[in-house]
Amino acid sequence: MPKGLRIDETLASRRSFHFSFEGREIPAYEGESVATALLAAGITKLRCSPGDGGPRGLFCAMGVCQECVVSVAGQAVEACRLLAAPGLDVKVQP
Amino acid sequence: MSAPDAFDLAVIGGGPAGASAAIEAGRAGLRVVLLDEGRSAGGQVYRAPVSGTGASSGQPDGAVGDRLRADLAASTVDCRFDHRIWLVERGFRVHGLGPDGPATVEAPRLVIAVGAQERHRPVPGWTLPGVIGLAGATNLIKSQKILPGRRVVVAGSGPLLLLVAASILKAGGELAAVIDANGRMDWLRHAPQLMARPDLVGRGAKWLAAILRAGVPLLSRHALRRIVGDDHVEGVVAGPVTGDWDPSASGEFQIACDAVCFGYGLAPATETTRLLGVKHEYVPDMGGWRAVTLPDGSTSVAGLYVCGDGAGVLGAAAAALQGRVTGLAAARDSGHANAADAVERLLPQAARAGRFGMAMTGLALPRDGLLSAMTPETIICRCEGLRRADIDSAIAAGSQTLNGLKSATRCGMGPCGGRVCEDTAAALIAQHTGLSREAIGQSTSRPPLRPVPLGQLAGAFNYLDLPMPEPAPQ
Repeated sequence: MPKGLRIDETLASRRSFHFSFEGREIPAYEGESVATALLAAGITKLRCSPGDGGPRGLFCAMGVCQECVVSVAGQAVEACRLLAAPGLDVKVQP
Repeated sequence: MSAPDAFDLAVIGGGPAGASAAIEAGRAGLRVVLLDEGRSAGGQVYRAPVSGTGASSGQPDGAVGDRLRADLAASTVDCRFDHRIWLVERGFRVHGLGPDGPATVEAPRLVIAVGAQERHRPVPGWTLPGVIGLAGATNLIKSQKILPGRRVVVAGSGPLLLLVAASILKAGGELAAVIDANGRMDWLRHAPQLMARPDLVGRGAKWLAAILRAGVPLLSRHALRRIVGDDHVEGVVAGPVTGDWDPSASGEFQIACDAVCFGYGLAPATETTRLLGVKHEYVPDMGGWRAVTLPDGSTSVAGLYVCGDGAGVLGAAAAALQGRVTGLAAARDSGHANAADAVERLLPQAARAGRFGMAMTGLALPRDGLLSAMTPETIICRCEGLRRADIDSAIAAGSQTLNGLKSATRCGMGPCGGRVCEDTAAALIAQHTGLSREAIGQSTSRPPLRPVPLGQLAGAFNYLDLPMPEPAPQ
């Protein structure tokens, strides 16, 4: 297992839980965005562009570009602004 | 719908400028409301980390962000975080969508402190997952506490380049290369202005020393030609640049990596001030289009103030000082005469910090040679999937303004609102036509300022309660 991407020295003291992305269980720590937890799990492709069909993922990381949108309960939300929460059911945008 | 909350002053944006303005205006006696889309104050530059404090997380100036949050918490300012502003009307009414649904506040005076956004110059492959903006990278590292990848290339221009590179090293990450379009002479040319803040120059020198000490290749006067990979970044191809930053003129080489942090400085976020009809001007050394402001933050619209990077990218130190000046000016203009002296006292300090910021912003400004890295197949408008060939043919067919290009191609019409592509599109129009940025103009700003779900804005209502006029008599 290569070294993880998380760099918080106090990680062990933070609450951890799981949420679901396309049916896969993703570990996350309190305070992380969905995009962060997915990046840590090695998932960077979050959708295909409706314009050109190419793969897209986290880009601006601050809610501007709309490239990282995912779907929660049928609603489009930016993965970079969406706080990961236990049991959250995240899907790729249809 | 219930009546909107009324205040003496509304502030949009809780970064160093907005938070400082709100605190000062509150101290001077105004009833102030502050709205921000983040979960706490600090903005992008002092974003609160997921654990610990700014200072304990080793952020540059982390303690400044901590103090800003503490001062705001101790103030009389009514803070509404996690509020996404989607419409601002003159008068002023600010409409947002918060965690509990739609919310509207009303105030006779408004401070807009919405900061900056990253400026990009596309290269083939820049849409691949694993490519992120430099500003976004600082967010991931210092707030979310995660590295952008296992082996990272940092490329572009300006101070964020060194900050991101040094932050990756400090966190124990692997840096494949730092690719800076500027050379040592470009940095030296700005030295006199930079010396307005020797403390900040010293910090930059420390970042540079850390990069060199780690043995990371620092490629000055180089730029990316393309980013390669299938479903994810696998490497970059870079080359030396000409004086105009054309990276395609001579030899190229490949560097393997799994993430690229990439950007060419910051530009003021002007969609809100454009929507309100404020006068704007194009000032390259302040990041491009900016709302025209007087030193006290006031604009061409009565009661409306703009401060911080949104009024010209001058950096966090200048933003905080400008914010204080603007908050006090709003209090002065509301009849609190004692605030006037404080405005005058702070102005010289704010100007000095501004000179340093302007040098940094000028250094980051992309040059037109970068446009030659954009092949006909390179995507310019990421939302609509428009390639350079689509943009070029629309310009050849007569699109000479951003609004014209938007009508012809949908460039800038996607969910990002044109904030990622429009500066590049304008640069392409300028190159083809020789027109000035003023002639090319800005695109018309329209609500919603940010994508918001319509269902949530409408909230819960009974259809039968809607006022329906009597039908006209036959």
